[in-house]
Amino acid sequence: MSSIMISGLSAGYGRVPVLEEVDLTVAAGTTTAVLGASGGGKTTLLRAIAGFLRPAAGRIVINDRVLSDDTTFLAPHRRPLGYVRQDGTLFPHLDVAGNITFGLSRAERRRPGVVGELLELVGLAPDLARRNPAQLSGGQQQRVALARALARRPEVVLLDEPFSSLDAALRAETRRATATALAESGATALLVTHDQAEALSCADQIAILRDKQLVQVGTPAEVYGDPTDPDLARFLGEAVVLPGQAYGGVARCALGAVRLAQPADGQVVVVLRPEQIRLSPEPDDAETGPTTIAGVVRDVAFYGHDTMLELELVSTAERVLARLAGAPIPAVGTRASLHVDGTAKAFPSG
Amino acid sequence: MTSTVRASPVGPGVRRVRAGSGPLPVVLAAAVVAAVTVAPLIIVVAQALPLGWSGAGAYLFRPRMAELLGNTVALVILTVPLTILIGVGAAWLVERCVLPGVGVWRILLLAPLAVPAFVASYAWSSAWPSVSGLWGAVFVTTLAYYPFVYLPVAALLRTLDQGDVDSARALGETAAGAALRVVLPHLRPALCGGALLVALHLLAEFGVMQMLRFSTLTTAIVQQYAIGFSDAAGSMLATVLIALCLLVLVIEVFARGRTRIARVGRGTREQPVRASLGRWTAPVLAVLTALVGLGVIVPVAVVLRWLLRAALADAIDGPRLLATTGTTLLLACLAGVAVLAAALPGAWLLDRRRSAFSVALERLTFVASALPGVVVGLALVTVAVHWARPIYQTVGLVVLAYLILFVPRAVVTWRAGLAAVPPELAEAGRSLGAGGVGTFTRVVLPIVAPSALTGFVLVFLATATELTATLLLAPTGTETLATAFWAASDELDYVASAPYAAVLILLSAPLTLLLHRRMAAVA
Repeated sequence: MSSIMISGLSAGYGRVPVLEEVDLTVAAGTTTAVLGASGGGKTTLLRAIAGFLRPAAGRIVINDRVLSDDTTFLAPHRRPLGYVRQDGTLFPHLDVAGNITFGLSRAERRRPGVVGELLELVGLAPDLARRNPAQLSGGQQQRVALARALARRPEVVLLDEPFSSLDAALRAETRRATATALAESGATALLVTHDQAEALSCADQIAILRDKQLVQVGTPAEVYGDPTDPDLARFLGEAVVLPGQAYGGVARCALGAVRLAQPADGQVVVVLRPEQIRLSPEPDDAETGPTTIAGVVRDVAFYGHDTMLELELVSTAERVLARLAGAPIPAVGTRASLHVDGTAKAFPSG
Repeated sequence: MTSTVRASPVGPGVRRVRAGSGPLPVVLAAAVVAAVTVAPLIIVVAQALPLGWSGAGAYLFRPRMAELLGNTVALVILTVPLTILIGVGAAWLVERCVLPGVGVWRILLLAPLAVPAFVASYAWSSAWPSVSGLWGAVFVTTLAYYPFVYLPVAALLRTLDQGDVDSARALGETAAGAALRVVLPHLRPALCGGALLVALHLLAEFGVMQMLRFSTLTTAIVQQYAIGFSDAAGSMLATVLIALCLLVLVIEVFARGRTRIARVGRGTREQPVRASLGRWTAPVLAVLTALVGLGVIVPVAVVLRWLLRAALADAIDGPRLLATTGTTLLLACLAGVAVLAAALPGAWLLDRRRSAFSVALERLTFVASALPGVVVGLALVTVAVHWARPIYQTVGLVVLAYLILFVPRAVVTWRAGLAAVPPELAEAGRSLGAGGVGTFTRVVLPIVAPSALTGFVLVFLATATELTATLLLAPTGTETLATAFWAASDELDYVASAPYAAVLILLSAPLTLLLHRRMAAVA
């Protein structure tokens, strides 16, 4: 069952179009991340769904209920949605309990334990209930905002860059708490972010917004492993992009002959992920054959769990990235031979 | 066009200020308010125009005009530096030095605001008739107005980042050098704003000058009006007064310069380190005590003495006191509500649709309210007498004068309130199921209400103690505390005026506490 169905959605501010002909389907109970550059219309999409912006065209349906089409436009407060923003926007004049129960009816608000349950849902201690928003950390504010949105049992939760104003450690923790709370509540979630790592790690489906349109929609593995063009490949993470010549299932490029995922012919751009590049100590000169690709380490970035190396190819002086798991870590200036694991993507060069 | 425009100009976290100047009704309302506040200036100048250059010359180059202008300018030139000296000195002592009982001094130094200046002058001249003329006026107004400088400077000193001073010291400056090169430039905008307020009050002051028998342009205008209203002569004097006000505004703009104080970097602010006064502590306390004594205690004590005499002689006209108090409260309430309503459209535009247009409207109302009450009163009398006879001598006309004089106070407080309710908060209410009305009553109103109330109280208190415009415009038989006080003290009946003075002080006292609380909120 699909929970959100958006078709042909166009929207903008005044005469400036921001979204054109956007189609998106989100299955019930799953999380979809809309990934795009800052100022690329992600927030506009959420505002149109939430009812703060009247779309120029298109349909928005949630669980068979039409929120917006050519004849219908449901007011924001009548939509079965929760909306969490980047900065939480907690009401400063209400304490945590007052914020969380804002959307509940009077009877529901009085039910004992309701605040405690919701705080627990987002992983916060019940004794925060009487605090003022100003007394909370950024991560706590975001969780209270999430609890406030979930209190009304919305069918869909819209999350607008909910973690981007938090620092790295807090972000990971808040992200986990959010994922847990969303899973427990069973709500369908639409998360908007410009952080590809965040999108890849916490979504069931990723939709990439570029130039007013959704250019690719798929599972995280699909969009990472099978991007539809080289720019998308680079946008979703580090990529090795080299010009080459394809002959059916194989392409020749500076890394030698590389197997292709799909056959191609002619001038292409070959795209690999850095973790597909494997290094081995360079064999003695005598053994060096024409098939060995040699490179010199030019830059080392150590991340703890892995290391990113930048190598300059001896043959063409092109630079490629290689991700190295574990030790030993070669020093700058070390020579090594490069091998390619798996298949590469080839795009016709234009 | 579609290909060149990239996307929404609004990135995440950017304050959404929508394009366009705003909904037409709001823009119209704001424009009407601005036009009404500027009208007095235009009317008064237009009244003086028929005189022509030669006619104007006949009025301008008379010994009497030279005397009035000289008195007025001398008063401003002597008093403003004194208020700066006292205001900055007191703020420095309270906020940057180790001072015993600092919390008490913070309130006491604001306390002169609880005594309307014309009441203070009544106290001084009734007890010591020699307090009169230029020096008497300088003495009384300096003590009454130094809080206008003290208040903004103290607030700024409180929020000043000690880190900036430390950086200067680390760069080799002495303590005095750091104060001069780092702290003083920070203070300049607040200092200029406070000094401007003092100068405008001096130009507008009628009660104090009349009481101390010191003739200024303002007292001359009121006299001219009282002895038989001559449009041309009164308007000529008022035009000169307007010119002085505008001159003061221009000087302030230049003195303020283009300094903009912004905190660079996002670290936490460091608490200021207070300087030790050492053996100077006792003399400093003595000076502060003298300041508060002369500014508050002496005037209040004198008023109480006259009040006691009135009570002993059974000379308190109870019913009349009650009636004038009632009238005053009623007028002040009307003015408070009217001003709040009139200020809202402009404040909303400034906060939500800031544009060159809305900023120009704001400036216009601020310039207009720099006009003395006597000019506003004169203009409204002129309009009513010539073109709108039915509104002459009505409460509506008095309230209109209050509106023109006090709109900026409410604009300032509305803006603070509206800034606390960004559109995102209202949207959060909507997305949580509250409708338009629900969002307004449950989100917008509770957050804006304290600011609106502050604005109301500020206007209420200003109205309750307003004298000049009320004297000119109040319908015959309508007496406020200020005008009743004035009627009695003008006949040197100090005993009869004491009860009104006492109630005026009681009414003004909350202002001190209100301002003190707002200042505490700054830190």
